[in-house]
Amino acid sequence: MDTDQLIRTLAADNAYRARPIGLALMLALLAAAPISLLIFFAELGVRPDVMTAMHNPFFDLKFAVTLALAASAIAVSLHLSRPEASLRGFGWWLLIPAGILVAAISGEMMMPQRTPMMTRLIGKNSMACMSAIPAMSLPLLIGALYGLRQGAPARPAVAGAVAGLLSAGLAATVYASHCTDDSPLFVATWYTLATAIVASVGALMGKRALRY
Amino acid sequence: MREREDEWTDLMRSAISGDDAAYHRLLKAVTPVLRAAARRGLARAGQPVDQSEDIVQDILLAVHLKRQTWDANAPFAPWLFAIARNKLIDALRRRGKRIFVNIDDFAETLPGETPEPTASPGEVTAQLQALPARQRDVLQSIAVDSASIKDTAAKFSMTEGAVRVALHRGLASLTAKLRDR
Repeated sequence: MDTDQLIRTLAADNAYRARPIGLALMLALLAAAPISLLIFFAELGVRPDVMTAMHNPFFDLKFAVTLALAASAIAVSLHLSRPEASLRGFGWWLLIPAGILVAAISGEMMMPQRTPMMTRLIGKNSMACMSAIPAMSLPLLIGALYGLRQGAPARPAVAGAVAGLLSAGLAATVYASHCTDDSPLFVATWYTLATAIVASVGALMGKRALRY
Repeated sequence: MREREDEWTDLMRSAISGDDAAYHRLLKAVTPVLRAAARRGLARAGQPVDQSEDIVQDILLAVHLKRQTWDANAPFAPWLFAIARNKLIDALRRRGKRIFVNIDDFAETLPGETPEPTASPGEVTAQLQALPARQRDVLQSIAVDSASIKDTAAKFSMTEGAVRVALHRGLASLTAKLRDR
């Protein structure tokens, strides 16, 4: 097939309209969410004292951090799905959840505490956190990568890592309602480690899946 | 050059709002620029330039299938050159060459520079043979026999909708095969 023939064929297909990437990503995440929620309710469930916990600002801050991570990673993912885009000028979005976390840690430092710092940091649920967040993230990550395949990222591994951040952010939001460790020190340690694992898996998977 | 790129942006906007002829003109207009840049990239990597047409076709397919990632409020050329650069790097990597491809290779091509294709490209044609029969027949009818969608539908007793679906699926799986080869 010579190039003129190819061009004619492509022009004949001009009527085809692909889904916008934002919509494709949203639909794929909605399709994957029930699987993650199933893992959550089968294995963990919401903590029993959730009604009282809601009055603790540090419980609520966990959601601020994880939702900020999910939202900024979604924005960066959509940006990176364009071939000419890079992290430059956009990467700082990902610092928003880190900023909230730092503010929360300083807030907690200023308050009188009954338990020592290391006890709060180590907590009681570190292993559950490290396994539940990656497990719940995996279906979301696969969904996110599937949706983002509509895109054309210049660096598929970077785009995959950001997809990992977004799925970890969503999974951690649900997980936070189970976890009884509310100290920002715990969140900064274990949630971050779990998120890093998911981001690395995302980079490895994205490297292949997001090539165009 | 500015003028040329503004014209491309206008053509792409018309194409997206459904003007097939504008789309055809746009692809025709960018091809010589892509060809010149692909040749320059190959030459710099010490590769025979007669493989440039395969790279041009790779780029055109990617442009077509990733159109939805172009922002209609942004200029078209930077988007096009980003895809072209990605595909050129891919092609050189596949030939075992690691080389820095300068984005200016694309932007610098002068409007007067319109090289003709050298060798007939083989990769798309080879992958075409590996497609499911229905997709291959439809693609061949439209590409090689220059039949319209309507004529192709009549020839294979298909609906026009089914021809459109087979055409798009054929182009998508052709691209997937080229990528994963």
